[in-house]
Amino acid sequence: MSSDAPVAEIPGDTLRQRIVDDLRSHLGADLIDSVVKPGDDVWVRVSASAWRETARVLRHEMGFDYFCFLSAIDWMPSPFGKGEDDPTAPPPERDDTIRQGYAGGDTRLQMLARVTSSVLHVGLNIKCDVADADATVDSWIPVYAGANWHERETHEMFGIVFAGHPDLRNMYLPTDFEGHPLRKDFPLLARMVKPWPGIVDVEPLPGGDNDEEGDAE
Amino acid sequence: MTSTESLIDRRQMAYIAAQASDARVNVELETEGMTLNIGPQHPATHGTLRIIARLDGEQVVWAEPSCGYMHRGYEKLTEVRTYPQVTALINRIDWLGSFANEVPFILAAEKLMEIEAPPRAQHIRTILFELSRIANVSLFLGDLGVQLGAVTPVFMAFRDREYVLNLIEAATGGRFHPNFDRIGGLKDDLPAGFVDETRVVMKKLRNFCDEIENLLFGNEIFQSRTRGIGVIPKDIALQYGLSGANLRASGVDWDLRRDQSLPMAWNKVDWKVWTHPDGDSFARCWIRLQEVRESTRIVDQLLDTIPSGPVMAKVPRIIKVPEGEAWVSTENPLGEMGYYVVSKGDLGPFRTKIRSASFNNISVVPWVMKGVYVPDIITILASLYFILGDIDR
Repeated sequence: MSSDAPVAEIPGDTLRQRIVDDLRSHLGADLIDSVVKPGDDVWVRVSASAWRETARVLRHEMGFDYFCFLSAIDWMPSPFGKGEDDPTAPPPERDDTIRQGYAGGDTRLQMLARVTSSVLHVGLNIKCDVADADATVDSWIPVYAGANWHERETHEMFGIVFAGHPDLRNMYLPTDFEGHPLRKDFPLLARMVKPWPGIVDVEPLPGGDNDEEGDAE
Repeated sequence: MTSTESLIDRRQMAYIAAQASDARVNVELETEGMTLNIGPQHPATHGTLRIIARLDGEQVVWAEPSCGYMHRGYEKLTEVRTYPQVTALINRIDWLGSFANEVPFILAAEKLMEIEAPPRAQHIRTILFELSRIANVSLFLGDLGVQLGAVTPVFMAFRDREYVLNLIEAATGGRFHPNFDRIGGLKDDLPAGFVDETRVVMKKLRNFCDEIENLLFGNEIFQSRTRGIGVIPKDIALQYGLSGANLRASGVDWDLRRDQSLPMAWNKVDWKVWTHPDGDSFARCWIRLQEVRESTRIVDQLLDTIPSGPVMAKVPRIIKVPEGEAWVSTENPLGEMGYYVVSKGDLGPFRTKIRSASFNNISVVPWVMKGVYVPDIITILASLYFILGDIDR
């Protein structure tokens, strides 16, 4: 069957703003911050206690039926930089202030998830602060069954615990692996033991400066 | 929600009823549960996906894929690369449709930099994108036969995919890993003779689709082994985040090429999105067959209307992406592939979340395998269609 049904309109900013207002009317003060970037996308930040409730409202009340992904962000700047420093020299000064992205935040670790409405074809990025002390949020499995594997992955990569998840086994790493690789304070050992040859990438290629592919100085 | 629950109930009830009647018929043949390990090295799992299935007789009671045999940690590696270096990594996520992997990442970086590729580059990107879809999915169509014990289609698929790979090689220099997309455009223009050659190849590929349709889809064995097997209802498909042909086979009319505005050329040509109401293995395979045909049509029309002009916008030699966050996803051969790029204004991304299609597509396996028979494990896996690099990243 091919679809001859009229194509839904490409979502605009008024629709995005309406979605944020709608979500705020459901969640109240639990919706802490929101950003509607014109012509681009929506970000909302909810309180950690309302993490599962947000998913429930989005899926059952607002029609966001498609689960896209769930992950986390570690906002701490990496203490190792890009691993391109001389290992014998004293470590360079680095700015270690934590600056969160869109919709703000107070903690180092933040949840990041995206759900989409298969009818309106509009997506929504949801963030939520994760307390440093216990790093626990509610599992989304009762709402979106597909969150299962994503939460397992986030658990092993960031060390975030999902309350109510039936089986937080490691997805990729060996069972006895220590540490959480996607946290910024987890060193990338390959960069520590050998200088990275990719630095030469920014050097000019032989054969002239300005006849490169559309480069502008 | 209620419809799903009742469906699960019905499946469970049917299973229990079957068990009870079996037990009544022949008590002495009752089997103890056994665990069947498929993989990690198994021809039917293309790659190193391991599946652990607990069986009762010939029926699967519980099944779970075990991932991680090819985990390469790309999300961590992008944090220590510059933006232009990242494309070399993400080429290797879905290695059969590599060029399509590069596009969403480059689009996300361009979105943050607020630049757009020139129209000619957008056009050629779309052509190469569709060519990688054809190369990828035509191999699926051949491989499908192998999973069911038919060997001929795979030879036909390798034969005809070669023509497409030659085209990709002519344009980009790489058969599998083009690494051709740049922030602001493309590395190079199309080579001389590309347009005429592509027209000939598209005709060959349409013939290939007809051949496969006659040989496989009309085949009685194929039909009886795929029709009604591995049914995924719409509701389950959506909440597990299935995408691409898997989602459209469950009756969801959604294609990211049509339903979002991207600086690509899909909205300039006339093509159709195919859906199927059944949600079984047959529907998933059939949708992919139609998509190869649609792709050849898209490429044909795009070839007629390639605009003139440069293929590269003016971008600085050293690319620094301004601070911000961007999400871009495209309809890749396997489904929705997206990148969530967080930039801190450096030479490389601060964090990249790679949302790959196969990871979500395979996460439905524990649900869909409950109650199926052992030979159907292979057909359902084949019809869900995954690339291992796309699961493990």
